[in-house]
Amino acid sequence: MLILRCPYCGVDADETELAAGGQAHIKRETVGASDEAFEEYLFMRENPKGVHFERWRHANGCGKWFHAARCTETLEVFGTYSAQTTEPPKEIRDKISEKRPGWSWGEFS
Amino acid sequence: MKRYSAFAIAREATRYHQGWERAWASPEPKKRYDAIIIGAGGHGLASAYYLGKNFGITNVAVIEKGWLGGGNTGRNTTIIRSNYLQDPSAAIYEKARSLYETMSQDLNYNVMFSPRGVLMLAQTHHEVRGYQRTAHANALQGVKTEFIGPQKVKEICPIMNIDGPRYPVMGGLWQARGGTARHDAVAWGYARACSDMGMDILQKTEVTGIAQEGGKVTGVQTTRGDIACDKLGIVVAGHSGHVAKMAGFRLPIESVALQALVSEPIKPCMDIVVMANTVHGYMSQSDKGEMVIGGGTDSYNNYTQRGSFHHIEETVRALIETFPIISRLKMLRQWGGIVDVTGDRSPILSKTPLDNCFINCGWGTGGFKAIPGSGWGFAELMAKGYSPLTAEFGLDRFREGRFIDESVAAGVAH
Repeated sequence: MLILRCPYCGVDADETELAAGGQAHIKRETVGASDEAFEEYLFMRENPKGVHFERWRHANGCGKWFHAARCTETLEVFGTYSAQTTEPPKEIRDKISEKRPGWSWGEFS
Repeated sequence: MKRYSAFAIAREATRYHQGWERAWASPEPKKRYDAIIIGAGGHGLASAYYLGKNFGITNVAVIEKGWLGGGNTGRNTTIIRSNYLQDPSAAIYEKARSLYETMSQDLNYNVMFSPRGVLMLAQTHHEVRGYQRTAHANALQGVKTEFIGPQKVKEICPIMNIDGPRYPVMGGLWQARGGTARHDAVAWGYARACSDMGMDILQKTEVTGIAQEGGKVTGVQTTRGDIACDKLGIVVAGHSGHVAKMAGFRLPIESVALQALVSEPIKPCMDIVVMANTVHGYMSQSDKGEMVIGGGTDSYNNYTQRGSFHHIEETVRALIETFPIISRLKMLRQWGGIVDVTGDRSPILSKTPLDNCFINCGWGTGGFKAIPGSGWGFAELMAKGYSPLTAEFGLDRFREGRFIDESVAAGVAH
């Protein structure tokens, strides 16, 4: 079973306590954006076989949204971090680089 | 190819079964093919088969990184139905269902198609209204379904408890011509027929890159060398995003795990397929007597072909109320497949930004039932550049907002 540590309340929550919120770090588009930009925002997804960044909510716990860095191939969790950011923090990225040298995900690597 | 027949069995019986041929050849790859299909699952092999049968294109290779039919083709719960709400879906699934009826004769391979009937239970008032609507839509689409009341449900499936306290059965959408087929046999039958037409099925050959020149596809790089081609079809289900990345475009797809499980074999007790979408479960009985049970998908991206245990627990817990008979059954096996789910829960059969490269993916949780229809349409798209069956399933529908919204009918159970 997938276990993620909620960065807000510090609880090691298993997946029945969490709600998955899909891909993280999506740039929101609004009025005036092109069709392509809206398609990217609404539908296009990274869907990697390997390193992935996701949004999760500690639904049956503190109720807060947070981010997780995870491997979709092995289910290894690299770490969780605050939702109040537009990019994965450096320590998480360094940790991933240690375990998966040469990884890339969207604009991050 | 020697035909399979009662006569052939008698002939082989007299000579210790020494005369059976291999069903398909395992050739060395050629330098060049007119068309290459990546993925030797049901959809890929069906596409190759109809390229040859309907359009005479037989210089074709089907490339598979694992073994033939070893992905979702061998992992699904084999349900065949076409009771969809939207017109484009009903058209392609109904084409598929009708091709299943004659598939064994067509391929000279017994796919054990069993039109035993599919019943989708309505267990809430919303579902009653939803399925009545679908029944009306199906009548207009020429798909034979009907909405039946709880007493008729009990008549068709006596082991069902229709008075459950939590999820009473209030009726159901009944498609008498739906059913099941032997999933492996579908892949094997197509493979045998393709090989007979002179196509090369290259197993244990992984595509590692896609060669292009001037915006046009020119071939693929594989673990067994470079192979040139005029046209390329990508039919790799859960790994579509991975292969699309090699071709240089993105897809509106996320891959998640979908699970199924089977019980120990028991005596025949249910001769139809029952789907209960409110409780995320569906069940049929295999010819061996196992109860075949499928559930919902995991909620997060995953490539592990396992799935979360709590989903199995939820599925079985909910089914036990409707089928008290299964409460003491032992479950024998559980497995997962990686399904490619799109934003509107409908497949993508489309040209791509790369010329002469086509993609057939996004079948999500319900691809098995569509195999022959998908192959039929995709072969036409690859051969002629247009197919009425696939026209609405283009990749650009997301940008243009022309969704084929089957979330209600297809988002949960298949």
